[in-house]
Amino acid sequence: MVPSNVATETKTGTSKADVPALVFRHLSKSFGGAKALDDVEFHVDRGEVHGLLGQNGSGKSTLIKVLAGYHDPDNGELEIYGRRIPLPLVPGEYLKYGLGFVHQNLGLVPSLTVLENLIAGALATKARWYIDWRAEAERALETFARFRLDFDPDAIVGALPQVQQALLAIVRAFEEIRAGAAEHGTPGILILDEPTPFLPREGVERLFELIRDIVSHGASVVFVSHDVDEVMEITDRATVLRDGKVAGVIGTKGAERNDFIEKIIGRRIDLFTTERVDRSASEVTAHVAGLTGGPIANLDLVVHRGEVVGLTGLIGSGYEHVPYLMFGARPASGGTLALNGLLLSLPAMNPYWAVQLGIALLPGDRQGASGVGTLPIEDNVTLPVLDWFRRGLGLERRGMRAGAAALGQAYEVRPNRPDLNLDSLSGGNQQKVLLAKWMQSNPDLLLLDEPTQGVDVGARQAVFKAVRAAADQGLAVICASSDHEQLAAICDRVLVFARGRVVSELTGNNVTKDRITEQCYASATLQG
Amino acid sequence: MIVIVIAVILLVAALILTVLQERGTTGSSPIIGGAPRGMRAISLPPSVRSAQGPRFWTEAYWAANWKTLLQRFSIFIAYALLLLAFALASPAFFTWSNHTNVWFSTAAIVVMSLGLILPLTSGDFDLSIASVMVLSAMMVAALNVWQGWPVGLAILAALAAGALVGAVNAFFIVYFRIHSLIVTLGVGTLINGVVIWFSKSNTISNVSFDLAAAMYERVFLKVPNNVWYTVIVAFALWYFLEYTAPGRRLLFVGRGREVARLAGIRVDRVRAGSLIACSMIAALAGVMYVGMTGSAEPINARAFVLPAFAGAFLGATCIYPGRFNPWGTLIGLYFLATGVNGLSLVGLPSFIQDLFYGGGLVIAVTLSQIVLKRQQQNF
Ligand SMILES: Nc1ncnc2c1ncn2[C@@H]1O[C@H](COP(=O)(O)OP(=O)(O)OP(=O)(O)O)[C@@H](O)[C@H]1O
Ligand SMILES: [Mg+2]
Repeated sequence: MVPSNVATETKTGTSKADVPALVFRHLSKSFGGAKALDDVEFHVDRGEVHGLLGQNGSGKSTLIKVLAGYHDPDNGELEIYGRRIPLPLVPGEYLKYGLGFVHQNLGLVPSLTVLENLIAGALATKARWYIDWRAEAERALETFARFRLDFDPDAIVGALPQVQQALLAIVRAFEEIRAGAAEHGTPGILILDEPTPFLPREGVERLFELIRDIVSHGASVVFVSHDVDEVMEITDRATVLRDGKVAGVIGTKGAERNDFIEKIIGRRIDLFTTERVDRSASEVTAHVAGLTGGPIANLDLVVHRGEVVGLTGLIGSGYEHVPYLMFGARPASGGTLALNGLLLSLPAMNPYWAVQLGIALLPGDRQGASGVGTLPIEDNVTLPVLDWFRRGLGLERRGMRAGAAALGQAYEVRPNRPDLNLDSLSGGNQQKVLLAKWMQSNPDLLLLDEPTQGVDVGARQAVFKAVRAAADQGLAVICASSDHEQLAAICDRVLVFARGRVVSELTGNNVTKDRITEQCYASATLQG
Repeated sequence: MIVIVIAVILLVAALILTVLQERGTTGSSPIIGGAPRGMRAISLPPSVRSAQGPRFWTEAYWAANWKTLLQRFSIFIAYALLLLAFALASPAFFTWSNHTNVWFSTAAIVVMSLGLILPLTSGDFDLSIASVMVLSAMMVAALNVWQGWPVGLAILAALAAGALVGAVNAFFIVYFRIHSLIVTLGVGTLINGVVIWFSKSNTISNVSFDLAAAMYERVFLKVPNNVWYTVIVAFALWYFLEYTAPGRRLLFVGRGREVARLAGIRVDRVRAGSLIACSMIAALAGVMYVGMTGSAEPINARAFVLPAFAGAFLGATCIYPGRFNPWGTLIGLYFLATGVNGLSLVGLPSFIQDLFYGGGLVIAVTLSQIVLKRQQQNF
C-alpha cells in the first residue's frame, strides 16, 4: 500500500521531502468578537508527529474543527500535500484528503452500536444502497483483532466505559486514514485532539505504538495533549498556541520539560507538591464495608477527615466504579457506608440521598453526565445549590450570576462569562466549571473521577490546590484516576486495584508517580 | 369566578411540581441506622462583579447582539407585516373588534399550548392534551346540564379528571419507561373514544351562562377576559420556568437527564409532575372552551393537536430563542390565528387554516434558523 503511494506522488511531480503534509497560513477565527485563532501559521511535515500545545482555550480544538469543516474560518489558507484546498471545508470533505480525526469529545453517537459508529464516516459520504451488515460486522471484527481489541460490534456505545469509547474513536480514525490512503494515494494525516485523558497508561502505550507504526509508513500525526511527558515522548516538533497566536515552535529533541511549560504558560511556574500528612489517626469521615457491585467485590475502604485517597489500577481493574457505586449512581449489590454517624445501605443508595447526605460526585464523562453544554454556565453551576438562591417564592437570578462569576474567578475560568453556554468554553475550562460546581456545595465527602482530564498544566495546579485546600478544611476526598502524576500530586494514600480488589496500598513517601505505575503493573502480573 | 379557578389550578399545578420534586422520602431510603442530620445552613457566596459582555445599548452591544435581538423579536415584525398586508387587502380586518374576536376564539388553544411547554421542557411529548381538553369540556357540560351540578363543582371534577389522565400518562412513561409519544398517542385516542361513547355523539348546549360571561366580558382594555386568562397563565409559567428552582430542574431534566440525576434531582418525579400539570392545564383549556362556545361537542380532538404543538415550537424560535417559552408561544399562536383570520376575510376557503398553521410553522422556524446560521436546535 505505501510504496504505491510514493509512486503516485512522484508521478504528479512533487518531491516528497519538501512538500509538507499540512499547512495553514494566516488562519483566523473569532467567536462573537473574541479571537480564538489569530493569524496562525501551522506546518506539519510528512512522517512527523507534530504536537499542538497550549493552555485551555488557546484555540487548539478550534484549529482542528476548521480542518474537520465544523467551523468556518474568518480568514486563512490551507494546503494539504501541496494542494491548495479552498476554505471553508464541507463537513466530511476531510475524508477525501486522507485525514482522520479523534475529537476532544470523541464524536461518537452513544445510542448507536459500535459497528454503526465505526462505519459512520463511510455511510455519511458514500451513496450505498445496500449495507451488508454481516460483512461489515466481520470486517469490524477483523479490524478490532488487528488492534488487539475485544469489542462486540453490536454493543451500544453509550453503555461502554469511557476507555473503550476512546479506543473505538481512535480505531475509527485510523481506519479512516487507512481507507483514505488506499483510495486517494496520500499517506494520510491523523489528528488526535486530547486522546489520552480517557486512556490508562497501557492504553496510551498502545496508542503510541500505533502512531509510530503509521508514521514509519509516511503518515503524519497531529497530537494535542496537556501532558508534557507524553508530548516529549511521542512528538518530533510541537507548535505552541497562546491566546490564539503561535507562541513558538519547539523541536522536541534537546528541549526540556520546562521549555515546554514556559512556552505554554508564558512564564515559569512551580509545580504543585503536597505535604503528605498521615491522617490515619484523625476522625473517620466515611467507612465503606463489603461494597460489591459491577467488577468490585467486597471492598473495604476508610477515608479520614482531610484525607485524599487515590484509587487506580489497569484497565479492567474496576477502580473507576467505586465513586459511582458509593454515590448510588450505579447499582451496588451489597455493602454499607458509614458516614457522619449514619449507617447507609449501599444497594438502597441513590444520587438524591447521596447529595442530601453531603456527598458530591464529579463524573468523568463531561458531556453526558457532568454538565449540559446547551445551557448557560450559571445554570449549570448553580444546579446543585439552587436552595441558596431562594428568595421567597422565586430565585434570585442576579445572585446566581454573581455566584457563578465568583466561582469562575476562583477557578480561573476563561473567559469568565457565566451567561455563555457551557459548550462555548474550551474543554479544560468546562472541567474547571464543573469541578467548581461541586466544590462550592461544601460536601463532607467528595468523589472524583478523572478530575483534571483535559485541564492544562497551569490550571491543573489550581485544581490541585483547590482540592488540597478543601481537604485541609476537613473535606474527605476519593479520587479515581489513571493519571499517576496527578495522584502523586494530591493524594495522601493510593490504593491500587486489580480484578475488583485492592492489591496494594501506597502511603507516605511511596506515593510517587513511578511507584504507582510500578505497582499497577506488578498487580497485573501478580494476578496472572 | 374563573380567575379563582385559574389561580387554583396554577397553584395546584405548581404544588404538584414542587412537592413531587422536593418533599417526602423516596420509598427506599438508604439510611439503616443513626439519626438524620439537619440541613446545613450555607450562606451565599460573596458577590463579585462578573466579567460581562458589552454594556446594554452601547454600540458594541448592538454589534455583538443584533442578530440575537432580531431573532428574539422577529415575531413582532412578522405580526406587523401581517397586519399591514391584510389591512390593505380587507377593510373589515383592521378593526379592534375583529382582533379581539380572533384572540377570543384562540384562547383555549393558547392555554393548552402553554401547558404543553412543561413536558416539552422536561423532555417528554404529550399528544393527549387535545383529548383532555375535549374530555374536560364534555364533563363540564354533561355534569352541569345533564346532572344539574353547579358549574363550579363540574369544573373541579373536570380538572381532577385532567390530573388523573396526566397521572396515567406519567405512570406508563416513567414507571414502565415507554416513550411518551406512544403512551400519550394511545391514551389520547382512548379518551376520544370514551368521550364519544358516553356522550353518544350528542352535542350538549346551554351550559351555565356564568361561565360564558366569565369568558367574553371585557373588564379591562376592551379585551375579552379569556385573553387575559391566557396572559395570566403565560406569566405564571414564565415565572415558574425562569425564577423558581423546580423550573430550573425541569430544564436540566430535559436537556441532560443523567446530569440531573447525578446532581441529586429525582428525575422521575420531575417528569411525572410536569405531565400531570400539563394535563391539568389542558383540562383548564377545556373549561375555557365550554365557556367560549356555551356548549360542548364530542368532536375529534386531533384537529387541536397541531395548533398546540405549532404554538410551542413557534414560541421556541422567539423571545427566548432555543427554549420553549410561554411568551413566545402566546404571541406565536395569536399571530397564527390572526393570519388565518386575515386569509378567510380576503375570501379564501377554510382549509386555508391548515395550510397556514402547518406552512406558517415550518416557514417561521426556517427563517429563525437562517438568522442563526443553521445552528443545531436544542430545546
Ligand atoms: N462555539 C463557540 N462559541 C463561542 N466561543 C467558542 C466556541 N468554541 C470555542 N470558543 C472559544 O474559543 C476559544 C478557543 O477554544 P478551543 O476549544 O479551541 O480551546 P482549546 O485550546 O482546545 O482548549 P482546551 O485545552 O481546554 O480544549 C475559547 O476561548 C473558547 O471559549
Ligand atoms: Mg480543546
